[in-house]
Amino acid sequence: MTQDRIIYGIFFLVVTAIGLAVKNFFYLQLLTIIGINTLLALGLNMLMGYAGQISLGHAAFYGIGAYTTAIFTVNYNINPWIALPCAIFLAVLVALIVGLPTLKLTGYYLGMGTLGFGMIVHIVFREWSSLTGGASGFMGIPPLEIGPISFFPARNYFYLVWFTVLVSFVFCKRLIKSRMGRALRAIHDSENAAKAVGINTRNMKLEIFVFSAALSALSGFFYAHMVSFISPESFSFLVSVKIVTMVVIGGMASIWGSLLGASLLTMLPEWLHSFSDFEMVVYGLILMLVMIITPQGLTRGILDIYERSRTTKNKQ
Amino acid sequence: MTQELLQYLFSGITNGAIYAVIAVGFSMLYSSTELINFAHGEFVMLGAMGLVTLWAGFGLPLPLAFVLTVIGVAGVGFLFERTAIRTVRKPDHIVLIIITVGASIFLRGMGMLIWGKDAHSVPAFSDHPPIDLAGAKLLSQSIWIVFIALFCALMLHLFFRKTLTGKAMEATAINKKAAWLTGIPSEKMIHLAFFFSTGMGAVAGIIIAPITMCSYDMGTMLGLKGFCAAMLGGLGSLWGSILGGLLLGIMESFGVGLFSSSLKDAIAFLLLLLILYVRPGGIIMAKDVKRF
Repeated sequence: MTQDRIIYGIFFLVVTAIGLAVKNFFYLQLLTIIGINTLLALGLNMLMGYAGQISLGHAAFYGIGAYTTAIFTVNYNINPWIALPCAIFLAVLVALIVGLPTLKLTGYYLGMGTLGFGMIVHIVFREWSSLTGGASGFMGIPPLEIGPISFFPARNYFYLVWFTVLVSFVFCKRLIKSRMGRALRAIHDSENAAKAVGINTRNMKLEIFVFSAALSALSGFFYAHMVSFISPESFSFLVSVKIVTMVVIGGMASIWGSLLGASLLTMLPEWLHSFSDFEMVVYGLILMLVMIITPQGLTRGILDIYERSRTTKNKQ
Repeated sequence: MTQELLQYLFSGITNGAIYAVIAVGFSMLYSSTELINFAHGEFVMLGAMGLVTLWAGFGLPLPLAFVLTVIGVAGVGFLFERTAIRTVRKPDHIVLIIITVGASIFLRGMGMLIWGKDAHSVPAFSDHPPIDLAGAKLLSQSIWIVFIALFCALMLHLFFRKTLTGKAMEATAINKKAAWLTGIPSEKMIHLAFFFSTGMGAVAGIIIAPITMCSYDMGTMLGLKGFCAAMLGGLGSLWGSILGGLLLGIMESFGVGLFSSSLKDAIAFLLLLLILYVRPGGIIMAKDVKRF
């Protein structure tokens, strides 16, 4: 517990230091996007890493969060801070309705069910143009503010997002150590065994699915108010896959892995810009190579290499 | 009205036959390796682009271009299995999903590098005028598509029922280890499954090429639709996939014609969810489904 507190303290200091040190608007915005993606990856990691349930449609909840706040604040002139609980509530409601039948499936079938759901939501964003602006997108989402503090300057927004990330980390860490966290890991290892020891696996899976949807909606909210323009392409199947990739590359069942995965996959396209036309080829290659070499994700892979080098040193 | 309905039916069967061919590719691979290949759509794209280059570009005769494209694309599929799938140390389904997704991004990127970002088109296989049937027009390419799809299905059916290799493949699909114990080289059979599956993808790409714009990003949606078709009919079953493909094509065409074109892409996924909830084994129950 104390060790955790020290780590949170370091995290807090690092975030504050980065916020003070980075002056460039572009970099601050990039770092904020990393924070938003970390929230997304964290949400899915709770579902995939801990409970072992794959979702290939998480961009749907991300999009529901973004579109709800966009429609509420622009069309109905509602304060964003009131739109936020509405967005989360809507995502939770959808997650409940969809999760109940879908979570009965396992393995590839669960992947396919969530994929189908994600595609349908994406098509709704694209085709319901009277509400969502259709394929051309939704413009003019207002920036966030609390009383006199505006979050429009990139630095304030950076702090807002990253402190939310910190709070979510603490919350998720506590959740994992609770009774529920142990139950989830039991489901991950064997659903039947979990059932046999008296865990209500159906409710447990549903609860974590809903929680993960709520975190995704929260990131959607932050995303919409940061970029002020959203379009269906930001919530497509490829985005769902990207979130899964962040979780797997960072490391499943690892909270810090979500941070690593989100950072890498947000930075990667920036680094690959210099490859211009080769960008996609290199991106695909990296994905395949990481999965072939360290199927447990990078956090696990790096730890393994570290431990191996230590044991060989001890032997000598 | 009847002639409109007939027109919807024709276009539905045409698209359906293409979905069916893609679905068969998915199904074959799933039944022998339990792998869902998210890069399958990209092999469809490679098939279409291969035809663009060999037939329209190099001016080879159509049958030769057809065969060369299928063999070439199947070769790429074979290489893909060798380099990316075989080398995986921990064949978890999440890991395999990401590897095939990575492969699909890679192949799309290669497609963009080789053929550019512009769309290409090829003429129909034969330049017969459309046939007039009770007021509805039937394109000659539609007949080619349905004919080739059925021919492929029939050939595969005969291959699995009548030849020793086919039976060995089926045995490997049912139980890899038991097949290996009876002396079947099951690794080779899996190679063959990849070869056939991606070859079927190429066939789908070739037959769709004349009725659509071919570009490097055409594969993703086709792949997903083919997947829905396979689930609808029954993943792992040959005739189930054909049935699923035709059904999906017809429903889509009627949905677009009678309701709204904005429904087009949604229908496939609504059907997918419906079949997963109601009857996850597909219309033709294929294999035991992991659902309790």
